Amino acid sequence: MGLLALDSGQADIMIKGLFSYELFGQTFWITTTHIGMLIIDIVIITIALIARHSMKNAQMVPKGLQNVTELITELVDKLVHENMKQPKKFVNYIGTIFIFILLCNLGGLFGLRSPTADFGVTFALGLITFGLIHYNGIKTNKLGHVKGLFEPVPFFFPINLIGEIANPISISLRLFANMLAGTLIMALWYGVMPWLFTKLGIPAFLHAYLDVFSGCIQTYVFCMLTMAYVDEKM
Amino acid sequence: MGISGQDLIYACSAIGAGLAMIAGIGPGVGQGYAAGQAAAAVGRNPGARGTITTTMLLGQAVAETTGLYGLVVAIILMFVKPF
Repeated sequence: MGLLALDSGQADIMIKGLFSYELFGQTFWITTTHIGMLIIDIVIITIALIARHSMKNAQMVPKGLQNVTELITELVDKLVHENMKQPKKFVNYIGTIFIFILLCNLGGLFGLRSPTADFGVTFALGLITFGLIHYNGIKTNKLGHVKGLFEPVPFFFPINLIGEIANPISISLRLFANMLAGTLIMALWYGVMPWLFTKLGIPAFLHAYLDVFSGCIQTYVFCMLTMAYVDEKM
Repeated sequence: MGISGQDLIYACSAIGAGLAMIAGIGPGVGQGYAAGQAAAAVGRNPGARGTITTTMLLGQAVAETTGLYGLVVAIILMFVKPF
């Protein structure tokens, strides 16, 4: 586990390769990000199985785990219903990325290197958003979606095009840079401060701000912006 | 003591990283302004505190982006060593 966690006594924020393999003449690496994401996937699947078990014999008056399951479901439902015109189509996707990004961001709290502090992960999420925007835009407005690039006058086409391409880059870079800043500051604190300051619960305040607060806000912002972008083009 | 070309590049990268973080001024001003306006709004309408706080945090998180671009440039200069 030494490679996965941030060790005390060294300021190290880099993603480390664990082992490599050759494919089509190129070297690919299995990195700490992959392992972190696998751990988080296992956690999510476990939570989902527990939630499914708790809802199997659901009662009219909820108690125990059914309460928690209903709380999370209602939270996501409310968020999507407030912000979208066709909430039924997107509530599953938004719920999925919400839980995934939230657990990835909170991973730093449990000694993992947050998978969202890797641009590969966040850019993939940004590309999914990009695909959703334009798939739903073309499906709803047909050619009107392409015509939107030439508004208000055809002269604006290059500017609108750059604006569309900047969307996924900007939302993925926002999430990535926030999580990277958190990882960097925690690594500096553990690596550079004297021994006393890294123990006795003093870093807990930094973890509370950088991992929990910032992580929750950025999860919320990512989901809100995805919904706003998709909704705008529909 | 001889300073090789590569040493000079590392030194200039470190200075450039420091200069890139001047971008932190903008989000600081913007977030402070948003927080001030939110405080004024809560003063005028204390009942809407929850909505105002949520909107403020969302706006601040978006306003933070330009500063984070500066941070990314600084980190690339410091740790990735592109030159």
